[in-house]
Amino acid sequence: MALETRVYQKERTIKFGALLKASLGDLYGSRFLARQLAERDIKAQYRQSYLGIVWAFLTPLTTAAVWIFLNSSGTIRLSDTGVPYPVYAFSGTLIWSIIVASINSPMQSTQAAKGILTKINFPKEALLLSGVYKLLFDSSIKILLLVLFVFFYGVGFHWSILLFPVAMLGAILFGTTLGLFLTPMGLLYKDIGKIISFGMQFLMYVTPVVYAIPKTGIMKTLMTWNPITPIILTARDLVVGFAPAHLDYFLIVLLVCLPLLFLGLIIYRISIPIIVERLSA
Amino acid sequence: MSEDRSIVADKEVLVKVEGLSKKFCKDLKTSLWYGVKDLISGVRGSAEERELRPKEFWAVKDINFELRRGECLGLIGHNGAGKSTLLKILNGLINPDAGKVTIRGRVGALIELGAGFNPILSGRENIYNNGAILGFSREEIDSKLEDIIAFAELEEFIDMPVQHYSSGMKVRLGFAVAAQMEPDVLIIDEVLAVGDLGFVLKCFKTIDTILPHTAVIFVSHSMPMVSRICSQIILMDQGKAQFQGDDVGKAIDLYYTRFADNESNIVFDDGSIRLNSIDVIGSKRSKDGIEQINWGENLKLRVSFSLQKPMEEVPMFRLILFDKEQRPVAVFKENEIGDINLKDKIIEFGFESKNIQLSKGIYSINISALKFVTEEPFLRINNVISFQVIHDRDVWQPFLLHSKFKTFDS
Repeated sequence: MALETRVYQKERTIKFGALLKASLGDLYGSRFLARQLAERDIKAQYRQSYLGIVWAFLTPLTTAAVWIFLNSSGTIRLSDTGVPYPVYAFSGTLIWSIIVASINSPMQSTQAAKGILTKINFPKEALLLSGVYKLLFDSSIKILLLVLFVFFYGVGFHWSILLFPVAMLGAILFGTTLGLFLTPMGLLYKDIGKIISFGMQFLMYVTPVVYAIPKTGIMKTLMTWNPITPIILTARDLVVGFAPAHLDYFLIVLLVCLPLLFLGLIIYRISIPIIVERLSA
Repeated sequence: MSEDRSIVADKEVLVKVEGLSKKFCKDLKTSLWYGVKDLISGVRGSAEERELRPKEFWAVKDINFELRRGECLGLIGHNGAGKSTLLKILNGLINPDAGKVTIRGRVGALIELGAGFNPILSGRENIYNNGAILGFSREEIDSKLEDIIAFAELEEFIDMPVQHYSSGMKVRLGFAVAAQMEPDVLIIDEVLAVGDLGFVLKCFKTIDTILPHTAVIFVSHSMPMVSRICSQIILMDQGKAQFQGDDVGKAIDLYYTRFADNESNIVFDDGSIRLNSIDVIGSKRSKDGIEQINWGENLKLRVSFSLQKPMEEVPMFRLILFDKEQRPVAVFKENEIGDINLKDKIIEFGFESKNIQLSKGIYSINISALKFVTEEPFLRINNVISFQVIHDRDVWQPFLLHSKFKTFDS
């Protein structure tokens, strides 16, 4: 029987390849743990609540409702979106809520496991994966609601809606990657979490969540370059059956996210012991 | 626990620790800022910064040891001596600032029982949560589920939410899951203190079966436990190894002398009687001022009381002997009513116990003056005097009895 040997010391040569391999290996090896943790959190969440899943889409639903009201009451005048506005607004706020949840997920999952991080050695990547599982669970329920919207407002069925989960995965990939980079600092300082929720409020206005990109002006430039724009637009186009106009940019964003996600995983792996030390000190 | 597991290569070194050091910061804000710096240098992979930065101190400094399969290392020391930090490094939770740890084989840690429990969920569901964190697969937990529930003795409550468990029940469930690990290296922190006696005994029985084919690192404040299972010992003080070796008894003595506390305290006084003095007669005094007598000698105590006001009845004087762990070990036979004359203002008397057979160690005495029959107290004083029994043998049991080995064949 060959015994696995572990060495802990300060002098380490950072080999990105080896670290990435170890990280991905742990990610794969901890599937059961991740699923168990996600299941635990989801079960516990719903067992102690009557409204349960309603909370998951309450935020996007109310945001959409506010904008639908503003629009229908004539308080604001929005340019024509080409689809029934409620579908436009709700699909936007829904994907937006998925992205926001994904950005927060790595930090929240790690923060919630603080108690065991300082006591037990287990593959930390499982926390990230459990976060993704929870996102997938919440998001798939949200999609069901979106489908109801689509039929209710008479947009009808388009084959492209079957591709919607791909756009959703793109949203989760983008959010998780971004969140992963913020996690190490966010665990040390509470400010980071506040900055995220604060910043995302404003970011929503330079993303075509509840209104379309204007034809001209500074907002056009900002919104066009905003990397979240193609995710929202592509997702929406898939739902309502338009040809995705920003597919190129969408694919570029995802392609850039992938290596960044790997880099984020490596940084996460390196930083956890440093953070655990500060948490438990 | 599989008992028939073959012992691979008897004497292999499983844990090797060389020059291990770890620094901590006293100030939170500074600590977090150093954390940021460490994050950056960690990602860049620099190996510098061996020096202490402002507001830092060495929580663990230059610890070395080797541990083989079947050996048990005890880590003792007062709170904050660095024991838990050392365990965290060994468990791979934090990185050392200097030195190196090499661990071979599966590491099991009994540092926190019941990690990952969610209070809302049932005991059964939480077995899966906890098991997953400890590294079991679903199939492993499935197959061990019944054993775990039986070991925890929770058959009746296993589907009840864990938040309605008592703390003892939670610990039992946590240990039952952890006991399924088959580690090569086992790290035990003071976790087994909770739970009722029956369960604690069961825990140690389990640990006893793991011991022979595992290298164990054991942190405890219970010296009888340490001397029972440890073959090596490190006494830590301010992060350094103050004493290290296989003379477990010596380390425990050193540990106890750190807590030598000669303060007596009056716990009850009705103002009728006062203790003037108490001495051990015929003892030597050690350099730390502790009375010493040799094992097997006679223990003679001289006590002097003065009456503060006239007393109607003769008090009964009771002396109780405590060991260093504050466990009552023995009581002296009390006086009779006729033994004491209340005419004088000063009462002097003695106690003598022949051929004292207490095992080596430091003992203290509590004294009380009580009414006969009702045992209502006049005066009670704890820790009035302490003395040390000297012998060259270390035993953790309270008595080393005078006995002869005999054979009975015709």
